[in-house]
Amino acid sequence: MTTMRPPEARAADIPAPLAAPAAADGAWRRRHLLDLDDFTVDELDLVMRTADTMKEVLQREVPRVPALRGTTIVTLFYENSTRTRSSFELAGKVLGADVINVAAASSSVTKGESLVDTVKTLQAVGADVLVMRHSRSGAPYLAARTVECSVVNAGDGLHAHPTQGLLDLYTMRASLGDVRGKRVVIVGDILHSRVARSNLWSLTTLGAEVVLCAPPTLLPAGLGRGLEGKLPPVRVETDLDRAVEGADVVMALRMQLERMHGGFVPGAREYSRLYQVNAARLARAKPNALVMHPGPMNEGVEISHEVAHGLQSHVEEQVQNGVAVRMAVLWLITRNSTRQARAATKGAL
Amino acid sequence: MRDATVMSPADIRRAITRIAHEIVEHNRGAEGLVFVGMLTRGVPLACRIARAIAEFEGEQVPVGTLDVGLYRDDLTERGPTVNIQPSDVPDVAGKRVVLVDDVLYTGRTVRAALDALIDYGRPERIQLAVLVDRGHRELPIRADFVGKNIPTSRADDVQVRLEETDGEEYVRVTAAEEAVAGSPEREVLR
Amino acid sequence: MSERIIIRGGRIIDPANGVDVVGNVVIEDGRVVSAGGSATGAGREIDARGLIVAPGFVDLHAHLRDPGLEYKEDIESGTRAAARGGFTTVCAMPNTEPPMDNRSIVEYVLREAAARASVRVLPIGAVSKGRAGKELAELGDLAAAGCVGFSDDGAPVAETTLMRRALEYASIFGLPVIDHCEDKSLAQDAVMHEGWVSTRLGLRAAPAAAEIAAVARDVALAEAAGAHVHIAHVSTRGAIDEIRRARARGVRVTAEVTPHHLTLTDEVVAFGCAGGDELLYDTNAKVNPPLRSQDDVDACVEALADGTVDCIATDHAPHAVIEKLCEFDEAAFGISGLETAFGLCMRLVHQNKISLETLIERMTIGPVRALGLDRQVPGIGTLAPGAPADIVLLDPAAEWVVEPERFASKGKNTPLAGVTLKGRVVATIAAGRIVHDETGVAVA
Repeated sequence: MTTMRPPEARAADIPAPLAAPAAADGAWRRRHLLDLDDFTVDELDLVMRTADTMKEVLQREVPRVPALRGTTIVTLFYENSTRTRSSFELAGKVLGADVINVAAASSSVTKGESLVDTVKTLQAVGADVLVMRHSRSGAPYLAARTVECSVVNAGDGLHAHPTQGLLDLYTMRASLGDVRGKRVVIVGDILHSRVARSNLWSLTTLGAEVVLCAPPTLLPAGLGRGLEGKLPPVRVETDLDRAVEGADVVMALRMQLERMHGGFVPGAREYSRLYQVNAARLARAKPNALVMHPGPMNEGVEISHEVAHGLQSHVEEQVQNGVAVRMAVLWLITRNSTRQARAATKGAL
Repeated sequence: MRDATVMSPADIRRAITRIAHEIVEHNRGAEGLVFVGMLTRGVPLACRIARAIAEFEGEQVPVGTLDVGLYRDDLTERGPTVNIQPSDVPDVAGKRVVLVDDVLYTGRTVRAALDALIDYGRPERIQLAVLVDRGHRELPIRADFVGKNIPTSRADDVQVRLEETDGEEYVRVTAAEEAVAGSPEREVLR
Repeated sequence: MSERIIIRGGRIIDPANGVDVVGNVVIEDGRVVSAGGSATGAGREIDARGLIVAPGFVDLHAHLRDPGLEYKEDIESGTRAAARGGFTTVCAMPNTEPPMDNRSIVEYVLREAAARASVRVLPIGAVSKGRAGKELAELGDLAAAGCVGFSDDGAPVAETTLMRRALEYASIFGLPVIDHCEDKSLAQDAVMHEGWVSTRLGLRAAPAAAEIAAVARDVALAEAAGAHVHIAHVSTRGAIDEIRRARARGVRVTAEVTPHHLTLTDEVVAFGCAGGDELLYDTNAKVNPPLRSQDDVDACVEALADGTVDCIATDHAPHAVIEKLCEFDEAAFGISGLETAFGLCMRLVHQNKISLETLIERMTIGPVRALGLDRQVPGIGTLAPGAPADIVLLDPAAEWVVEPERFASKGKNTPLAGVTLKGRVVATIAAGRIVHDETGVAVA
């Protein structure tokens, strides 16, 4: 039987590369950022506070600090993504790091180079941090076991997108303060959404009430069934009008074209009729409820144009916060004492 | 000298008053001055100096705060504790900035602060005011205004406590054998 | 082999003949002379005191990968692995390249086995040409060549009509169709069992219904045709319920279960055999049918104990290292299981879920009866006088750590690496020849 937070006593049993105990003193000991599933309240707070500092840096005349000077960050993206990749790149550069972008489609990966070989090569070339986006769930875990450098998960398959979860949390806290006791409704294709999953972990850890709303065909197995300790506690609703009542946050997820033709739902028309976040539904939520979306948006499908660009929409803020949050993550990961250990390893090679 | 209090609350009060006068004298007035307090204890010191100046000179000097966490080099780095705070630096372009900190030691923190300040804009001048100078500089950095010079050995521990941050007030030097190791509060290398 | 061997002082367990007695087993000319009772005359002595002496295990389901995929395994290495695992007979599945869908490939396999195998190899022929699931293969020719059953394993016989015809046609030769029961439409893109673990890992998964629906279909077809269907690697409670009900109605359905489906759950995929909180995405636990819920595991164990499931079969599926050292979705399905089968199944004995005698039955005469192998090889799976001298010496209490690098199999892919098992195969004799000897029990 597993628990969601690693008990202190087990830390010694977990092999060094992936051990992640976090003491209450605000210390950060993670070498990698793979998912938010084992983050403590203190760790989440630390990221939020650090992101506040990074936000201030971004507001300066010259948004540049030498904190990560000499650090090499490699973004290894097996899936295209303008916003996430450029967000990480900017975050690294503001911190003074050297950022190299590797697009797997154009590299020797297309010649059949395995993931293991690719990450080993990048480490040998000098990568200190590998920011990875991959279409296969679990890929960054394999990378983290293979190399000494740090791995930051920028999205793996259907599994996790931890920095999105963090920037969503940051956005919520900026408006709501503490999320404890707040109702957050996530509506859409939960089954295929790594964004939903990462948000689930962080929000439930902080005591928010999370409601997932989707047709049963788009809900993953086991959620909402009270499997304590195995999956985060959530409420599951198939009726959006009911789900959205009294919500503090309504987060719409992108509904992909393939799902609409893949038999999960009959089509865009019916989906939008039943599950679109529009003004009428939003009126049932709390008066200043936040509207969020990880982007890119399919206006007219999962969210109406009016709501997407309305006063309650925080979508742009999410993107802006993304850079500060990713700066915080990069800094925390690079700055802890393992940096000196890595420097020592480099010297020894 | 095992554990000695080198400055009492009264000593600190007098030192601050003297520094405030020295700053105004040296700069021929308080116009165009900006104080930037180094987090954490430089901030209340900067505020007190500004208050003193407001009293005898009638001029309000703006006070900002600076966290140099993002500018530190490896030697000032310690362990996994990585708390940093947002800085709040007012407009410094063309101004005379006085950096304020509690203890001046190796000079590395001040070097980091200089880098940070210059990123905020181009001050006309930067001066440094410290409550205590304990010697052992590793960089060519000196304080313009010093509350008290305290010769120490490297292994000694200097503790500054201020009412605003600690609820008590003193400057104490603890000799080597009694220096308490590992407290995350204390900055050992300055 | 004219060597005379006396296996002295072991506890002889021969479930086929209801024998459980401390005594001596005498072998000569590759045959059992006697089991139990005194042993006179000269011969090579094997000291079996403190050990179990049983018929050699019979595996109905192994992938020897030969011809065509020898980089994963071949007949020589695969049968050496079988010998280390205590198996003296291995049924070779036909998903080789080219597949065993015609006589000449079967004859190749038998020739290779005769020349290089440590143990007996019995071929299973393909159901359909090229295993493509469209047209029947030449089942008669395959039977004549020595096949003991037909299967497209790796794949189900998806087309219901073809499955029906295969059952009907195979009954001419008195041989069963062995089906890999999986509804491919439900299991599309799936890489593990659908449950909270697949949600946690974000992996595409298939519900238990994918197996249950296929099993229900097969027993209905077997019933209609009056034919024998053998369900390969059953893994769900629902499928077992179907089998139990069908058998009660008189349907000729038999079933096998793998050691991993008797002991490991889908949590092993997430957290490895050691457990813990760290996500491992253990590709060595990626197998088809997938590791399932604890309830399914319990159902398999109950069914093995009460006989609804006739026997244990390893579904030995060796792969090369690079086929597992990759993203979970990309990894090959399969566990290299011959060498850990007995040790892993002994967990059930040590947990008092099944008796040692029953376990041995399900690994010896159980599989023989399920497929009717004693028609091809009289006496197989027993220690009756005249039976082939296929014998295994077991130490049910010996603890050992699984070290895949030391496997005889080319396939090192097992989720059990580093795990301590309690129950060890000490020696294996196949056709009167010592093909595996752990601790030098054989005294010259």
